[in-house]
Amino acid sequence: MNDELKKEIILEHYSHPSNYEKIIDDSYVKINTNNESCIDNLNFYIKIEDNIIKDIKFEGEACAISMASSSIATDNLIGKTINDAINYINDFDNMINQKPYNEENLNEACAFCDIYKQNNRKNCAFLPYKGLKKYLEEYNK
Amino acid sequence: MNRDDFPMLNQDIIYFDNGATTFKPQSVINAITDYYENYSANAHRGDYDISYKVDLAYENVREEVRDFINAKNKEEIIFTSGTTMSLNMVADSFFKKYLEAGDEVLITKTEHASNVLPWFNLANEIGIKVNYIDLDSDYHVTIDNVLKAITPKTKVISLAYITNVIGDIRPIKEICKIAHERNIFVIIDAAQAIAHKKIDVQDLDVDFLAFSAHKMYGPTGVGVLYGKKELLDEANCYMLGGGMNESFDSEKEILLKSLPYKFEAGTQNIAGVIGLGAAIKYISNIGLDNINIYEMKLRNYLVEKLEKYSYIDIINYEADSAIVSFNVDKIFSQDIAYYLNKYKVCVRAGNHCAKLVKNVTGVTNSVRISLSFYNTEEEIDEVVSLLSDYEKIRNEMI
Repeated sequence: MNDELKKEIILEHYSHPSNYEKIIDDSYVKINTNNESCIDNLNFYIKIEDNIIKDIKFEGEACAISMASSSIATDNLIGKTINDAINYINDFDNMINQKPYNEENLNEACAFCDIYKQNNRKNCAFLPYKGLKKYLEEYNK
Repeated sequence: MNRDDFPMLNQDIIYFDNGATTFKPQSVINAITDYYENYSANAHRGDYDISYKVDLAYENVREEVRDFINAKNKEEIIFTSGTTMSLNMVADSFFKKYLEAGDEVLITKTEHASNVLPWFNLANEIGIKVNYIDLDSDYHVTIDNVLKAITPKTKVISLAYITNVIGDIRPIKEICKIAHERNIFVIIDAAQAIAHKKIDVQDLDVDFLAFSAHKMYGPTGVGVLYGKKELLDEANCYMLGGGMNESFDSEKEILLKSLPYKFEAGTQNIAGVIGLGAAIKYISNIGLDNINIYEMKLRNYLVEKLEKYSYIDIINYEADSAIVSFNVDKIFSQDIAYYLNKYKVCVRAGNHCAKLVKNVTGVTNSVRISLSFYNTEEEIDEVVSLLSDYEKIRNEMI
């Protein structure tokens, strides 16, 4: 993936985020993710049935990197089993921290593979996964 | 002005985050280094020469602070770790004892967290009520609105002199007058004001005032609580330990030192206090009036340039201090800060620790430029030029 394509993917997801919707529905669980810089504020709504993520929506305000990463996260996570979702999140975590990861698993999320060069934006890219990972791990117990 | 005094300005950066902290002039750095290199002893152990020298230096700064804010007595100057500690001390040591359930404290929704949360805490602990003075259309405090907010139960008005997002200067002298006529105490958070405006605590007649050294060209981790002597005498000590007690034998027999030492438990930030003294000398040499005139000229220059762009929304168009908060249409403030950082421009993005501001301005986040006398029109030109191309910002913000 070249730099132009990465930028295009990020800007496209930022401008037209997937699954961007506020949900008021008891079959969804709401997870709020606040960045440590206390600027971002996103809500995720997740619906799990038979150990499979049936749907994720999100809404709120955040920087371009967080918004795009959230949009891609929802695209990639919907339809995954809990275990596959956790593996995917670990792969993403490894990628942004320059550890070995499974590229195929990540598809568009690979647009963030260079984010380690901007250390202060790593948190932004990982923002959607922070709360989701914790929730999925708890769910698995 | 005076750019050569600041080693940090030798770096190729434009620093517009002076509201967060200011750079330190060489004289401040030298004063701190001198203490560590040449007389690095503890204070109040005056049996040997270098310790005596520390005592003298430390207490001289107390006198310099007294003079700088024109307090009546040296004993009214308490060294703390900064504005946050000072404001917490006021709430905890004096008002927790003085206030009763149902008593009202007036603040505004543009206060910094440090002037909100200590009061929220007292509300939870002893049942006081925190009320808000309404702001006008420029988000300023007016005397009319102060009068409207006062009830027979109002006991405290606690305000920033200059707020850290809007940058408005509050009419503190008038507020103190009407407050004292009604037996209401006034506390001033002077964190943003101290390096920009001459403060005379006797003329203002404030009861307590707090500020930090690091926002006035001094070191981090040190600040001041000023309080009227009779009030500080009444207050409970905030921390207990060495240096603040005269004697103790049992839990029933603890004798505290008198002011100001009863509030300075443990080894103090001696190097910091000495650095604060050097910062006061430095500011006084330039003159706060000169600083203010120059900074306002810079601010007006910046506002005039920014307002030409329809996609830039200035939040605090009217303000008499060196702070300009703005947003760029459809771009998150943090992305602007990241974009400018690519060109070595330092600005602040976010809610600036003033999380109630959104309730009045309707804006949750903003980009903040806070100027100092060492900033220049050329620096402003450069930043405005970076902001003059909307497509460039969008392309380069990630």
